[in-house]
Amino acid sequence: MEQPVATVASLAGAVKRYGALTALDGLDLMLHRGELLALLGPNGAGKSTAINLLLGLVRADAGRVSLFGKDPQDIDARRRIGVMLQSAVLPGTLSVSELLRLTMSYYPAPRTLAETAEMAGVSDLLARRYAGLSGGQQRRVQFAMALCGRPELLFLDEPTVGMDIDARRKLWAAIRQLVAEGCAVVLTTHYLEEAEALAQRVVVLAKGRVLSDGSVHALRSRVAHSRIRCVTDLDAAAVAMWPKVTSAVREDGRLEVCTEAAEAVVRRLLDADPALSELEVLRAGLAEAFTEITREESNEQEAA
Amino acid sequence: MDAVEQIVLPERSRRMPMSRVIGAYLTEMRTECVRYLRAPGFMLPVLLLPTMFYLLFGIVMNRVNGPDALRFLLASYGVFGVMSPGLFGFGVSLATERDNGLLTLKRALPMPPGAYLLGKMLMAMLAAGVVIVLLLVMAVGLGHVPVTAAQAFQLLVTGMVGVLPFCALGMFIGTLVKGQGAPGVLNMIYLPMSFLSGLWVPLSMLPGALQKLAPIWPSSHLHAVALRAVGLSQDPVGMHLLVLAGFTVLFGVLAARRLRRVG
Repeated sequence: MEQPVATVASLAGAVKRYGALTALDGLDLMLHRGELLALLGPNGAGKSTAINLLLGLVRADAGRVSLFGKDPQDIDARRRIGVMLQSAVLPGTLSVSELLRLTMSYYPAPRTLAETAEMAGVSDLLARRYAGLSGGQQRRVQFAMALCGRPELLFLDEPTVGMDIDARRKLWAAIRQLVAEGCAVVLTTHYLEEAEALAQRVVVLAKGRVLSDGSVHALRSRVAHSRIRCVTDLDAAAVAMWPKVTSAVREDGRLEVCTEAAEAVVRRLLDADPALSELEVLRAGLAEAFTEITREESNEQEAA
Repeated sequence: MDAVEQIVLPERSRRMPMSRVIGAYLTEMRTECVRYLRAPGFMLPVLLLPTMFYLLFGIVMNRVNGPDALRFLLASYGVFGVMSPGLFGFGVSLATERDNGLLTLKRALPMPPGAYLLGKMLMAMLAAGVVIVLLLVMAVGLGHVPVTAAQAFQLLVTGMVGVLPFCALGMFIGTLVKGQGAPGVLNMIYLPMSFLSGLWVPLSMLPGALQKLAPIWPSSHLHAVALRAVGLSQDPVGMHLLVLAGFTVLFGVLAARRLRRVG
């Protein structure tokens, strides 16, 4: 009864070493029902190892791994999950419907073939051989396999790699629908805009530890900087000397100012140059926040 | 233990009914067979090699030696033909699928335990059965070898069950070698083992040292069983069957252990 009802899977002090390399260094992570969690981090941060532990593909050297209150290698626990791995070559001589029916057969109460195909946008591909599909179509089929078992927890490892923008948007819509139904989703992605568009919670890993865990909003607010861009004759070097301005440079005929106090700086800019035009103020996105956080980490490491 | 978990997660108690578990095994087996039957790159060499050999070295070149030579070669090339779906069907596909992520995905999915291996086993047994049937048709149709229905049936069973030790050996190799390397390694085992077991040239024509070595190859034991099946020997085959079963268990266990550890 220790685990609250809302927790579907957890890592507690998970340690995994591969020889001299420590992939996970005491990782704590809780996954909640109906929550989309984006797992971010530079390559080698331990994202894949964390997911492999939760899927029961590898064993932790220390710590506790739990999937629906059970060992992830327990098949009853895995019957409640759906999986889309980053690189899996499926048998090319099978048709899409054969692949889906096979995956559906593993689950106690799967969706129907039609419903699965509809949700993943592969209805028009069912009769096709897998080998004859484009990379993006194959990813959609893999997504269909992940959701066909009516999972309560879905693992999506780089799901939209190789997809065009339209397909990506459709997949995002399907993921949102699943989350709305109460499915928990763990998403790893290199596209930060994907995490920004989907995730309620973002966990940033580095060197096998959690660096930051919170909402997208909270993560972005860790980076207070905004960027101001405008067309103006003001001298970049002079603007750079203003209070609260971190930097000011001229790029492609525009002045680009980085600041912690966007409102004050904009006011002063408009006062200083009434002819100023094409004003843009950009909040730091997840990308900036991510770069900032991982850079802080490596600076601390170097300092230490 | 279970009761507690049900309380912790009351949303949906997801019990898999036994009928669906059996259904999953059947679907896995059917899919695995369909998948390989549609892959000419796998099926053609498996079917063509033993049948071409039998046609050339048996029916065309050995006709003068009479039906007993053809009967002998039916057993020999039958064993030769049965070895390849076991070794290659298991070894190459396992080595490839360990490499390309399919096995990882299957392990992550709630596939019932062993369904993956059972599927491959059934596929190998079917392919072995097809090889034996083709050879029987050629022996009777083209070589006019008088084969009784009982003999044909015994040879078919010998082939379809006799593929299992080679499945186990192929599986073990498949857990050692990854990806592209597997066909080469398996041929290094398949071809010399066939020769050293007297499948191409009768054992009695091989040097004495090699003859003494023959019992360590599982194919020589299967050969003895096949010879009895076609009526060319009356020797008891109990010991051969035991050796084959032991071989299957040994390599099966070794492979399963490696699969669990390395995946």
